[in-house]
Amino acid sequence: MSGAASPTLEVRNLRTHFFTRAGVVKAVDDVSFTVPRGKVLGLVGESGSGKSVTGFSIIGLVDPPGRVVSGEILFQGRDLTRLSEEEMRDLRGNRIAMIFQDPMMTLNPVLRIDTQMIETVLAHARVSREEARQRARDALGMVGIPSPEERLHAYPHQFSGGMRQRVAIAIALLHRPDLIIADEPTTALDVTIQGQILAEVQKLSATTGTALIWITHDLSVVAGLADEIAVMYAGRIVERGPVAEVLDRPLHPYTVGLIGSVPSRNRRGEPLRQIPGMTPSLLNLPPGCAFRARCPRADEACRAEPPMRELLPGREARCFRPHLEAAAETAA
Amino acid sequence: MSAAALDTARPAATAAPPMVELRGVSRRFEKRLDLAGKLARRLGLPVREEVVHAVDGVDLAIRRGEVVGLVGESGCGKSTLGRMVAGILPPSAGTILRDGRDITTLPPAEARAVKLRTQMIFQDPYASLNPRMKVADIVGEAPLVHGIVTRAEFDAYVDEQLRRAGLDPAFKRRYPHQFSGGQRQRIGIARALAVKPDFLVCDEAVAALDVSIQAQILNLFMRLRRELDLTYLFISHDLGVVEHLSDRVVIMYLGRVLEEAPAEEVFRRPNHPYTRSLLAAVPRIEARKRAFSAVQGEIPSPLHPPPGCHFHPRCPHATERCRVERPRLREIAPGHRSACHLNDALA
Ligand SMILES: Nc1ncnc2c1ncn2[C@@H]1O[C@H](COP(=O)(O)OP(=O)(O)OP(=O)(O)O)[C@@H](O)[C@H]1O
Ligand SMILES: Nc1ncnc2c1ncn2[C@@H]1O[C@H](COP(=O)(O)OP(=O)(O)OP(=O)(O)O)[C@@H](O)[C@H]1O
Ligand code: SF4
Ligand code: SF4
Ligand SMILES: [Mg+2]
Ligand SMILES: [Mg+2]
Repeated sequence: MSGAASPTLEVRNLRTHFFTRAGVVKAVDDVSFTVPRGKVLGLVGESGSGKSVTGFSIIGLVDPPGRVVSGEILFQGRDLTRLSEEEMRDLRGNRIAMIFQDPMMTLNPVLRIDTQMIETVLAHARVSREEARQRARDALGMVGIPSPEERLHAYPHQFSGGMRQRVAIAIALLHRPDLIIADEPTTALDVTIQGQILAEVQKLSATTGTALIWITHDLSVVAGLADEIAVMYAGRIVERGPVAEVLDRPLHPYTVGLIGSVPSRNRRGEPLRQIPGMTPSLLNLPPGCAFRARCPRADEACRAEPPMRELLPGREARCFRPHLEAAAETAA
Repeated sequence: MSAAALDTARPAATAAPPMVELRGVSRRFEKRLDLAGKLARRLGLPVREEVVHAVDGVDLAIRRGEVVGLVGESGCGKSTLGRMVAGILPPSAGTILRDGRDITTLPPAEARAVKLRTQMIFQDPYASLNPRMKVADIVGEAPLVHGIVTRAEFDAYVDEQLRRAGLDPAFKRRYPHQFSGGQRQRIGIARALAVKPDFLVCDEAVAALDVSIQAQILNLFMRLRRELDLTYLFISHDLGVVEHLSDRVVIMYLGRVLEEAPAEEVFRRPNHPYTRSLLAAVPRIEARKRAFSAVQGEIPSPLHPPPGCHFHPRCPHATERCRVERPRLREIAPGHRSACHLNDALA
């Protein structure tokens, strides 16, 4: 493991584009962020804003016609964009793990849980089968699966959706990875089950030092779980900073709109504050600020492209006219 | 307090028979296999289909002009209940009354009219819109068939429906795939309202939409309610959404109603232990870096619901009685009903 000084992950100016017949889709365009050891970054944004592609870029699973066109992905100081496919495969599932919204992307429906987990352990660790089995059992216990020994004999179909997701998370934990990328892992689950998983994940990052990227469109989950938040819009991070500060005092007009439209931020029964218009297509984005057509603060200056700037200590946003004057505008 | 909540406090609202009333309604299904189950069976593993009590003895009244929010976790029977209320799925047992009359005994013409007056709006507008039909026909076909408009009035009528749902009539010659998710939901709403219903059953109608678009559609629902005097059964797993727009909230668990009360009452003074743990588990944007607490245990399979109180394996207050006797849903305060044995001790 590298020194305490370097963050687990540092992404610099990442660009991942899809070269489709209809044109170039700039799914991720100049994205930068860092995730220190033991910290949780919440990556939020609307559908199609580039959250998943950011995650896939980090673990090296972007399929053609997409590819990382530029930027650096420094994992414990090593640039992942320069690794061979074999070196990447060795990191994946070992030092870096990804959890998907659908646990069946991780689980094999025809294999017993113990078979799958033991194979995963043996793929990266030189241990005996018995030792591997022990680790599998421990991992199931860690995610709160009752009587893990018995459960090892089950097939995925014998589990509920929430249990399957926990098994998928247990598999991600098998090698105590340094980085976990979780792509909407609880979105399809019920709130009480989501609560259980969030509690486990929180414990994990605090005790093992695992750095976590939690991708979601649910600001409420991020509010309780994350240390930092990055808000994506149309392939870019438009605002970034400590969770409490961003939620209490958003700087970017899109973040302001997003937080304002959450029902609990509005008086019961009153019309909700809403962002007009809709998400732009990433194909042929007009020049200038991508939020311009929906932004109540847009002016002539916004025809140019706003750069990411540090507007307050530790707070960055891509906007020419950020909400710096009115403190906590959304705190109704 | 909102004007909407004041409305329902009017005594007059209770004098007429409820717009819709369910008495002891149940629905059973042969359990379908999910993908993992089907694969497993194809590979020769022993997987059987079984009987699910999707809805189990529900009593519920919806008064004219109300917005009733129906919440509960996946598989608890919300959609099944909604489809029965909308008259598109017959119950296995029990009675459904519309304006005081049993819908199964209505003469055919009246049964058709009742069906038309109740419309359903679904989560996935795309799946419920015919991809080969132009928007104008999607919206205007049913009114034409049912004689609500004539050919001559058709164009003007469709334009009015689209405008009311916040769509530009200039787009009416387009097909559903040419619209965004939020716009497709508006098409679904325009289509539902075109047959002049007085009751909408919305099943997860905003669940697939991004928050910013969700706010637009929720505002549309609230505006239409005022303009057209609509009654809603609003099904959602999102408690924040339900809290925002419901007058009354019904909480389901494994096919049964566990608690029912005016919205503010449910959120301020939840009675049932399940409701309380559900509310505690909901992530809130106001919370900051908090420790998530978890309701213990899994949601039991609806195939083998626990005996007695369905919630007892997860309930911190469960007693011996809870394991054997089903608690009755009974009034614990005016308009507030809860199904928990703990309330007997207080009585
Ligand atoms: N294989 C592909 N070919 C072309 N475009 C793609 C491909 N995969 C993704 N994209 C585009 O990249 C953009 C970002 O997609 P991504 O899946 O990262 O969004 P997201 O933020 O994860 O959205 P969601 O919340 O819906 O999961 C989208 O506009 C999408 O259409
Ligand atoms: N047509 C059907 N055939 C067999 N089983 C069914 C059918 N429809 C529903 N069920 C079962 O009945 C139960 C209740 O389902 P229902 O769809 O009403 O739940 P729900 O509360 O709407 O869930 P969700 O929040 O996931 O939409 C589930 O166990 C479901 O699998
Ligand atoms: S740069 Fe201009 S258009 Fe873009 S978010 Fe800021 S004010 Fe709005
Ligand atoms: S009846 Fe018993 S088990 Fe059920 S909620 Fe009440 S105390 Fe808990
Ligand atoms: Mg995604
Ligand atoms: Mg449903």
